[in-house]
Amino acid sequence: MRARMIGMWVAGAFLALVALAAFAPDLLASQDPLQTDVRAALQPPGAAHLFGTDQSGRDVFSRVVHGAARSAGIGLLATVLALMVGLVVGALSGIAPRPVDAVTMRLTDILLAFPEFLVALIVVAVLGPGGVNVAIAVTIAAVPVYIRLARTQTRTLRVAEHVEAARILGVGPMRAFTRHVVPGVFGALSVLATIGIGSAILAAAGLSFLGLGPAEPDPEWGLMLAGGRNVLGRAWWISVFPGLAITLTVISATVIGRTLRARADGSAS
Amino acid sequence: MTAVDVQELRVRMAGRTVVDGVSFTVAPGECVAIVGESGAGKSLTARALLGLLPETAVVSASRLEIAGTDAAELSESGWRRLRGRSIALVSQDSLSALDPLRRIGREVAEPMEIHGLHGADRDGRVRELLTSVSMPDPQRTVRSRPHELSGGMRQRALIASALAADPTVLVADEATTALDATVQARILDLLRRIADAGTAVVFISHDFAAVRRVADRVLVMRDGVIVEQGAVDEVMRAPRSEYTRALVAASTSAPRAQTRPEGGAVLRVLDLSVAFDRPAVVGATFTLSAGRTLGIVGESGSGKTTLARMLVGVQHPDAGELVWASPQRVQLVHQNPLGAFDPRWTIARSLAEALQAAGVPRAERPERVAGLLAEVGLDPELAGRRPRQLSGGQRQRAANARALAADPTVLVLDEPVSALDPTVRGQVLALLDRLQQERELTMVFVSHDLAVIAAVCDDVLVMQDGLIVEQGPVADVFAAPRHPFTRELLAAGS
Repeated sequence: MRARMIGMWVAGAFLALVALAAFAPDLLASQDPLQTDVRAALQPPGAAHLFGTDQSGRDVFSRVVHGAARSAGIGLLATVLALMVGLVVGALSGIAPRPVDAVTMRLTDILLAFPEFLVALIVVAVLGPGGVNVAIAVTIAAVPVYIRLARTQTRTLRVAEHVEAARILGVGPMRAFTRHVVPGVFGALSVLATIGIGSAILAAAGLSFLGLGPAEPDPEWGLMLAGGRNVLGRAWWISVFPGLAITLTVISATVIGRTLRARADGSAS
Repeated sequence: MTAVDVQELRVRMAGRTVVDGVSFTVAPGECVAIVGESGAGKSLTARALLGLLPETAVVSASRLEIAGTDAAELSESGWRRLRGRSIALVSQDSLSALDPLRRIGREVAEPMEIHGLHGADRDGRVRELLTSVSMPDPQRTVRSRPHELSGGMRQRALIASALAADPTVLVADEATTALDATVQARILDLLRRIADAGTAVVFISHDFAAVRRVADRVLVMRDGVIVEQGAVDEVMRAPRSEYTRALVAASTSAPRAQTRPEGGAVLRVLDLSVAFDRPAVVGATFTLSAGRTLGIVGESGSGKTTLARMLVGVQHPDAGELVWASPQRVQLVHQNPLGAFDPRWTIARSLAEALQAAGVPRAERPERVAGLLAEVGLDPELAGRRPRQLSGGQRQRAANARALAADPTVLVLDEPVSALDPTVRGQVLALLDRLQQERELTMVFVSHDLAVIAAVCDDVLVMQDGLIVEQGPVADVFAAPRHPFTRELLAAGS
């Protein structure tokens, strides 16, 4: 129990750091992430460059800090989009006539049948590379789970006793739906989102690693990971630090998500 | 020799002493009941006998002997040798106590396998056990899975499994609470037979009616302490503490003394029927009299809740008519007040919503919410709580308050007190009685519990398999039941 609390605080502190890096990177890193300096290329971590420099002599620490906005931001954006789309489509499907519901669900099943990363890859291939397109791709890959959950929750809550109780008291059907059903569905989806955010960040970084996300010279963790892989034997720091940033962010987000879910479950039972 | 000998048992959990100095013995062939309300420590006492308390619990006893084995300082592996062989448990929820994927035969045979007791003819022994607990059609039941059986049959399977390794002591923890009255009576008779055959039975219950049928001696527990003990007859005839008196009173069915005056008919129900997969209510015909309380009694699946829902209008009948004498405002109080409130909303907000639906202007709502809470006797400080943060009795009061927000003339209550402890139940029933007088309400009261029906109702409908088999004033029906099912119900409850 105590160990779990400590883990939660460490994860929370790290995410706060990532958020700070995303919103005010200059507070953490004074050097310009885009400034090249060929004379200072491939320097190991030291006092002048905390995480060393890459092939063009850019400061890796500064690039990791400045990359937070894009890497974590794309994952966050994708998760929020997936939640919103899932809520609207799922809730409507939950109250739609049977044929409409059946079509929506079969389409969702098709999407669900492919591995998430493969779906994202196909979508980016169609849309073309770029940060926003990666976010859209990850959204589409993640959204079927949200739609399914929203639909099931809508169906359960529509016939829940407390909704029926409100209806018997004379609350109108629309009002009962927007006041009692939708907020309940949203609650369930946000719990799923807190856990999904880690895998969304990972998927976004993966697409960037393959060169489908933001383009050079923009700092982005997945892209930096890829940039250092040819010189891994000579200059491990170019790939290792952005890799660590991805790993720790995903783990922290998952730890926090699971804690929140445990809280929600605990209060529900 | 005694089968169970416990002296000075103490259990501490989360810094509180939840069982405090409990001592008792049980002899072979004897059934000892432990009675009390929820939180009294009776289940924890039972679990201590089995070494099944949570790891966070600190247990101490000056003596804890189970079937001649000193169990006070037993290790987990020592307990495992004891459980099943020397002492076995039958719990309340047979659906979750039985493995859903395993057939009943395997489940029953498991204790024999663990203790290496089964001879060559294991299947024969399993059938023998199932027969001994009066399981209908044991040949077929052996191959059934738990969900294919009724609640009573599952409870029998659970008892057969508990008896498989021929334990010296059988602990039944609220083993009949979830069952219908007539099924409960049969299981209680079975437990009595098991005791008569030489097993020591520890029977945990909150219900004196059940205790009287099965137990020789009774211990009454409250707040972790035994407040009273003795032979069942003596304790029930002359309870010494107020608490025991309330528990006993809650289990006896004496028809209410003064009945309310016969009013005009508020509602005539003519030949009302509805079917889902099978007929749920068939040809219900009766009259609801103004200002009186009509009880609907029956076992689970008898159609009583469906009938109540048709009166409120949430269930549409397939055939038949509801003829209201004049326009009425009908409100339903749900069976499960925890589910009937939005879990995310405070009680005040739910009440305000009900007032809004009833057309009360926004500015007047806070005052009216406070008024409703006062009317049902709820502390105004509870208004800011969510349903989960209230006790069962408080939730039931809140549910009543919400139904009153619509200023109803007819109130339909579905099992309003079945989940409540006896003393709380008495308070809620008193509240309903007061509300009825003050507001001149006509009430419909659905319950499986004859004692409750007798205490609050003027008229009664007895339902079985969707049919109203008997109806009339409560005093008449209870004094001279005409239908065999009514007689069986009354026999099961006394």
